[in-house]
Amino acid sequence: MATGTRRETEQLERVVVRFAGDSGDGMQLTGDRFTTSSALVGNDLSTFPDFPAEIRAPAGTLAGVSAFQVHIADRDILTPGDAPDVLVAMNPAALRANIGLVPAGATLIVNVDAFDERSLAKAGYSSNPLTDNSLSAYRVYEVPMTSLTQEVCKEAGVKPRDAERSKNFFALGLVSWLYTRPVEPTLEWIAARFGANPTVAEANTRAFRAGYHFGETAELFTANYEVRPAPFEPGEYTQITGNQALAWGLLAASRLAGLPLFLGSYPITPASDILHELSRRKEFGVRTFQAEDEIAGVGAALGAAFGGCLGVTTTSGPGLDLKSETIGLAVNLELPLIVVDVQRGGPSTGLPTKAEQADLLHAMYGRHGEAPVPIVAPRTPSRCFDAAIDAVRLAVTYRTPVILLSDGYLANGAEPWRLPDLSALEPIDPAFASEPNHVDPDGTPKFLPYVRDPQTLARPWAPPGVPGLEHRIGGLEKADLTGNVSYDPENHEAMVRWRANKIAGIAKTLPDVEVDHEDGAELLVLGWGSTYGAITAGVRRARARGLKVAQAHLDFVNPFPLNLGEVVRRYPKVLIPEINLGQLSRLIRAEYLVDAQSLNKVQGVPFRAGEIEDAIVKLIGGAR
Amino acid sequence: MTAIPVTTRKDWASDQEVRWCPGCGDYSILAAVQMLMPELGVRRESTVFLSGIGCAARFPYYMNTYGLHSIHGRAPAIATGLATTRPDLDVWVVTGDGDALSIGGNHLIHALRRNVNMTILLFNNQIYGLTKGQYSPTSELSKITKSTPFGSLDTPFNPISLALGAEATFVARTHDMDRGHMQEIFRRAHDHKGAAFVEVYQNCNVYNDGAFEKITSRDARSSMLIPLVHGQPIRFGAEGERGVVQRPDGRLEIVDVAEVGEDALVVHDETRDDPGLAFALSRLAAGPYEPTPIGVFRAVERPEYGEEMSRQIVRAQERLGVGDLDALLRSGSTWTVE
Ligand code: SF4
Repeated sequence: MATGTRRETEQLERVVVRFAGDSGDGMQLTGDRFTTSSALVGNDLSTFPDFPAEIRAPAGTLAGVSAFQVHIADRDILTPGDAPDVLVAMNPAALRANIGLVPAGATLIVNVDAFDERSLAKAGYSSNPLTDNSLSAYRVYEVPMTSLTQEVCKEAGVKPRDAERSKNFFALGLVSWLYTRPVEPTLEWIAARFGANPTVAEANTRAFRAGYHFGETAELFTANYEVRPAPFEPGEYTQITGNQALAWGLLAASRLAGLPLFLGSYPITPASDILHELSRRKEFGVRTFQAEDEIAGVGAALGAAFGGCLGVTTTSGPGLDLKSETIGLAVNLELPLIVVDVQRGGPSTGLPTKAEQADLLHAMYGRHGEAPVPIVAPRTPSRCFDAAIDAVRLAVTYRTPVILLSDGYLANGAEPWRLPDLSALEPIDPAFASEPNHVDPDGTPKFLPYVRDPQTLARPWAPPGVPGLEHRIGGLEKADLTGNVSYDPENHEAMVRWRANKIAGIAKTLPDVEVDHEDGAELLVLGWGSTYGAITAGVRRARARGLKVAQAHLDFVNPFPLNLGEVVRRYPKVLIPEINLGQLSRLIRAEYLVDAQSLNKVQGVPFRAGEIEDAIVKLIGGAR
Repeated sequence: MTAIPVTTRKDWASDQEVRWCPGCGDYSILAAVQMLMPELGVRRESTVFLSGIGCAARFPYYMNTYGLHSIHGRAPAIATGLATTRPDLDVWVVTGDGDALSIGGNHLIHALRRNVNMTILLFNNQIYGLTKGQYSPTSELSKITKSTPFGSLDTPFNPISLALGAEATFVARTHDMDRGHMQEIFRRAHDHKGAAFVEVYQNCNVYNDGAFEKITSRDARSSMLIPLVHGQPIRFGAEGERGVVQRPDGRLEIVDVAEVGEDALVVHDETRDDPGLAFALSRLAAGPYEPTPIGVFRAVERPEYGEEMSRQIVRAQERLGVGDLDALLRSGSTWTVE
């Protein structure tokens, strides 16, 4: 297939495309394929799948609109883009639900076939926006996607009703032409993915080609565009989502520690894909257990840990609530346990498919009693791989549950990932107890389960099976050293302090928080988790305006890195943007007594870079 | 592997002082278990007792094995993680009527239907002991307790019926007054592959004294306990003068053997695939004041969960080789930047 040579091909540095349609229109698939072909071209990219919680809301309604936004560029980018340059709208509802995000001057590509009276009414339009002049601020391309798809499919004997389902491939073909994406990888992918159903494969192939040719031949578009490869560090790359990176990170950690992986989980959005991914990987010796409920998921993981496995549970906010008691037990038992919380909008069922960072204080304090746990927070989808390994390393070394806070945005968002050299990763030593660690006055060797390592303050991990190390542990307070039940007041305080000091002591081994410093900076922008991209992009923009801004981002939220106090006190002002009502900011203010300002947004969507930029300008813009 | 060392009861007792109320039925169950262990041909280091919360849940502290005293109701879930990852271990769960049937009901039924390899001993005393005497899910209707001064409104669970309904492969009942019977049943439960469920009638002499006296006291036993013996007609009484027959409508009924003749009695078959008859037996007594069957209600074979889980791994590795992480990372589209 020839690439579009009939007209000009213009160079673009970056473009943001948003595909929107009905839940059943395959927009996620379309966006994902466009992303992959962009990755193969060598663009940097960032994606934002934005879909409703309902599996199939009534067709054609606003509630049923599913969208996928992708940002591609010839340089490194950090966010899926503040505003789309192109909106592909498969029906009136998709247009109506998304037009508010699209700035004037942007391009709209609409499936004009879907703009009939009924569909317009379902979307709540009283008049047709394509004819009533309300879209005059945009460049609108009306393309009869449904009918053109049906026409090319007819020749292959596909019935119009079935052919209609392939119209998303027409849209993909058209946008692929518009941005000069290679066609072969997509054609190969269609053949592989739909190979089992040749009619569907044929229909999709025809629709895709038809869309591509339409761009080329219809005298509608004056030009097409090219986004050149971004300068990446040399290496081998793949495109990865946060959930996939997390699952693979757990596999890597299991190998590094030489511990079989046991995942006890209950299906929950947006964490289920980790369960799905690991369930497919039996050849790695992974045991996945879909439990009867969230509590059993974490319970079984803890039981596996007692037996000497790497016990993991994955969940989202509602599940974290239910797991709290078992996490507290693990704090008391001092056994390694990984709890992954892919945060979503709360409280309660909240916004299952949307992202939020509002579980931080829950992770910190959401258990009765003094029950500290380390908290690890990846900043990008690919960093979920590293975060999983970090979490396992801490859990195993310190014999403690660790909470890993991902979120819906990281979980489903994709980015290019330079494949790590696995052989360079440091092994994790489970250091199982193998012999008695004490001799009674009468000379009998004994095993005391709560003797602590002087460096880490961790206790021995002694899975059943070793003669002479038989011991009993439980949720009741234990006597120091022996682990026997103890109600002694002094002992209780000593044990509470041991557990607190053990977790606090982890800070000594954490890397210092890195500061992207600028001389003369009056403001530090501090973040954690998935706000990294937007914050970094916002800081860049503020600097481009000549503002002096420093930036730091936490990968470990509990305990804080040792240098963090010095860092937050170094700058006259501190701004902490979060997708919650100010949770890290509370911790920072309480810990370091600095007047950190909060920037908050709780709309189920990430910050836009412009929002960060505006907040920076508001704080220090006037001082120049 | 070295030969299994010869042990005595003493080797299986931990150094911890036993702290149940004097006279509690738990003592005799503990003694039965500790005395049985040397006969089971198992190793101390490969034996794990897990429990939840309640009086019964203190059990692991008194066994000189590996032990885990966990949280209320969750022991079957925790044991599932342990048993499926460590098939080399003998996993015992000790629980009570509140722990297993109230707060932990969900975990119990799912461990049973999955047939995870564990031996579950449910000490049923029909009361909450540790929290000082509230009614439990097995307390009789209208029971007056601290939390039900006007009588409880809850219809009780029948633990045997519940276990059978949950697709359990081994279901039995014994009681704390008969060490020999307990040991026989515990041994059978231990040897069963998969989840074995044993209800132990246990006297709480402080908060519910005599709950089972009408059937388990020495004088009452022969006329009030119906021993289930595989392959034998179901009969009881000092001379075996009473028996169980099945009526045309499926109902079981207790009759005088002399009236119907021995051939009319139901012959107990614990291996019947259909749990219907076992269920009917579990309903024979309305409560522990009518003639009550004890022994093994059901013992059938079904694939064990952990073994099947391991088998899937072995099959995947035979088909694909042992997982190669480098290859997995490259399993999607990749590209190289020079
Ligand atoms: S309260 Fe009842 S069950 Fe608990 S230890 Fe005392 S007698 Fe035994």
